[in-house]
Amino acid sequence: MLKLDSLTKDFATRAVDQVSLEFAPGQVHALLGANGAGKSTLCKMIAGLILPTQGSMVLAGKKYSPDSKRQAQRAGVQIVQQELNVLETLTLAENLFLSNLPNRWGILSRRTMHRRACEILVDFGLGDLDPHAPASSLGVGQQQLLEIAANTWQPTQVLILDEPTAALSTRESQRLFEKIHFWKHQGVAILYISHRLAEVQTLADRISILRDGRLQGTWSRGELQECDIVAKMTNPAKSIAPISSILPASPAESSRQALRVEQLRLSPKVQNVSFSLRAGEILGVAGLVGSGRTELLRAIFGADRASGGSLQVGDKPACKPFRNPNEAVRAGLVMISEDRKADGLLLTESIAANIQLPMLDRPGLGRFALARTGQARRIAETYCQNLAIRCDSTDQSVGTLSGGNQQKVVLAKWLERDGTVFLMDEPTRGIDVAARQQVYEVIRNLAKAGKGILVVSSDLEELIGLCDSIGVMSNGRWTASFSGPNYEPQAILEAMFAGYSAPETSTPP
Amino acid sequence: MKDHAVSSNRAIQQTLATYGGLLVAILALLGFFGVFAKNFLTATTLLTMANSIPDITVVAVGMTLVLIAGGIDLSVGSVLALSACCLGWLMVDLKLPLWLASLGAIALGACCGGLNGWISAAFRIPAFIVTLGMLEIARGSAYWITDSNTKYVGSSLGWFSDPIAPLGVSVSFLIATAVVLAGQWLLHQTVLGRTAVAIGTNAESVRMAGIRTTAPMVTLYAICGGLCGLAGMMQSSRLSTVDPNSGVGMELSAIAACVIGGTSLRGGQGSVVRTFFGVLVISILQTGLAQLGATDPIKRIVTGGVIILSVLLDSLRKQSAIR
Repeated sequence: MLKLDSLTKDFATRAVDQVSLEFAPGQVHALLGANGAGKSTLCKMIAGLILPTQGSMVLAGKKYSPDSKRQAQRAGVQIVQQELNVLETLTLAENLFLSNLPNRWGILSRRTMHRRACEILVDFGLGDLDPHAPASSLGVGQQQLLEIAANTWQPTQVLILDEPTAALSTRESQRLFEKIHFWKHQGVAILYISHRLAEVQTLADRISILRDGRLQGTWSRGELQECDIVAKMTNPAKSIAPISSILPASPAESSRQALRVEQLRLSPKVQNVSFSLRAGEILGVAGLVGSGRTELLRAIFGADRASGGSLQVGDKPACKPFRNPNEAVRAGLVMISEDRKADGLLLTESIAANIQLPMLDRPGLGRFALARTGQARRIAETYCQNLAIRCDSTDQSVGTLSGGNQQKVVLAKWLERDGTVFLMDEPTRGIDVAARQQVYEVIRNLAKAGKGILVVSSDLEELIGLCDSIGVMSNGRWTASFSGPNYEPQAILEAMFAGYSAPETSTPP
Repeated sequence: MKDHAVSSNRAIQQTLATYGGLLVAILALLGFFGVFAKNFLTATTLLTMANSIPDITVVAVGMTLVLIAGGIDLSVGSVLALSACCLGWLMVDLKLPLWLASLGAIALGACCGGLNGWISAAFRIPAFIVTLGMLEIARGSAYWITDSNTKYVGSSLGWFSDPIAPLGVSVSFLIATAVVLAGQWLLHQTVLGRTAVAIGTNAESVRMAGIRTTAPMVTLYAICGGLCGLAGMMQSSRLSTVDPNSGVGMELSAIAACVIGGTSLRGGQGSVVRTFFGVLVISILQTGLAQLGATDPIKRIVTGGVIILSVLLDSLRKQSAIR
């Protein structure tokens, strides 16, 4: 169906190097690789978002060289990107048909649009939603499904899905997998990118692995074990750089309290949550997407103003929840947010400037003190080495880095700022296996140094492997606590659903 | 049947939520000046007021469309003057019939606007800068074609601004009302309008969705420019002259009306009808204060305060709605 012939793309470095591949109709073809391996760049070339430096493509026997997404769409190539592109001010229906609003001489046919939107929403298991509602009323998972729906209702020959399940709940993912099987039977060639190897193993007919922009090979289903895949993704020449040595925790540290949260409320998503975190402890927060995990962290950090409750940091007296992140940072809290592109990084600024950012408000440094850029650069260089951030120089803007490297910059920034309590929301979201290991190492070292760490993650296995104890958020409530190291995943999973089975307390309007 | 009642009930609630605040503000202002200014709540005052706002209304509608799409047009006042002067030149010097001259003036406005939109969208130059340039170009051209003189165009345009006998309002006012309704319709019921909202919300997402953004932006700016041309006609007919100095500072009055109406300068949010209410608020305030004997400085201070206050209230309302 689609054939790539020595496709190459040069940015500052070579991102994709002479990749030749063939995608067959009715097959799910998984594209795997570490971050920065060139998967996204390859997909963007196929979807017409960027032009290849060299090489050519053939689609259904005809030469195919799209120079815009529009052209690619006309040829039947659709892409659903990892970033959400839903427009929140428009309605669901308008989002669905945005590129092709049903109209007569430019005037919207709202009735037609509404009818067709209903059909599509039902098809994606979103039938209970009102097509006239603004998209801002949807959760992240629903927005992701909406976006997939918006890109697939037109006739499609090649469909590229880039991490489609990252924001989806298990049930929403299942719905998507059913749709993928349906498209397969329709003869669509599906390009599937995911870091969830188990998912890939069951879904993909063929697997291609990229490393440093080069194709490592293509295999059929069942030919590779998960460990083989990871081995082929990682570069044996590059070993993981050791993190700078950190003092082991003294026994006294572990009994000291780092953070105590009492009856914290942020209606409607966080309802009277209480827990405490010891110094040197890694406390995981499990929960379904939309269970209030992120909101809990934001409320603790003052990013959203909690409506009630109290906080106690270290041995300081209990106080009201923070009114803004500045108060929280001054009290010794640090937060690594879920969406690094939206609020974690200044994408157009350099690596050095990003790492220096929280330092601009360090106590003792006057408001009019000079921003020491030379020092910032040296500090940034140290982190680039220690965390193996792949970049040309510390002056490179963060927006040009791959996801995993961006996340490492976020970590570096807060490691440099330092604090007593680290709040981390999905610290390994959308990053590759190697980078993931490094993030774990950073977290463990922080714990050894006596920091209290709160980690939110959708990946239960990650929490079980990483955390000293795990709390569960379900429907806005803290429903259970477990202590490690021998967890029962079944029990945690049950607790994650517990809040939803309880009788509904809020009355429907 | 019951479903229908529920949905229409919700529609009423939505309408109230959308327009209620502004309507209350307008009624409160009318009430206040009605009590304190002697001849305020009379047909004469109200009709005078109605017949003095068509030009700013029409310009503000264009501005709203541009703002919603995430742009801004600082050149509206100058383009208004240029179109008016062009109208004078076509009618007096070239002796063209009125309809042809009007068409020419509006077309010239649309061209200026379209040029704004094309340069800023196709070359990704901030609209603020492009339209600032156009502000100077259009003003200069207006002086150039009139030799910096005010020109008498005669009474052939007068009917446009004269009150219609039984109604008391002018043709201009009726046209302005129609433009408001058409603008609201365009925003909600046409592909162009929805695309404008989408671009204003997140232009990058729209581009990523494979939608061309240049053509809609050019169209929106051209509409805005064309409406400036129409406003120029309205002003000329009221004064029977074309004046290269007309419309100075109009961009700010228009933006003020949009902002009072709740249009976001960041794009993606706004309503043409609410902009019209914004025009009414400013106009009632100015007329009322004048009748109370307030001097021009005082009028400006109060108007400025009201602009800030209205945005503040709107922002507080939105915050409380989120909670």
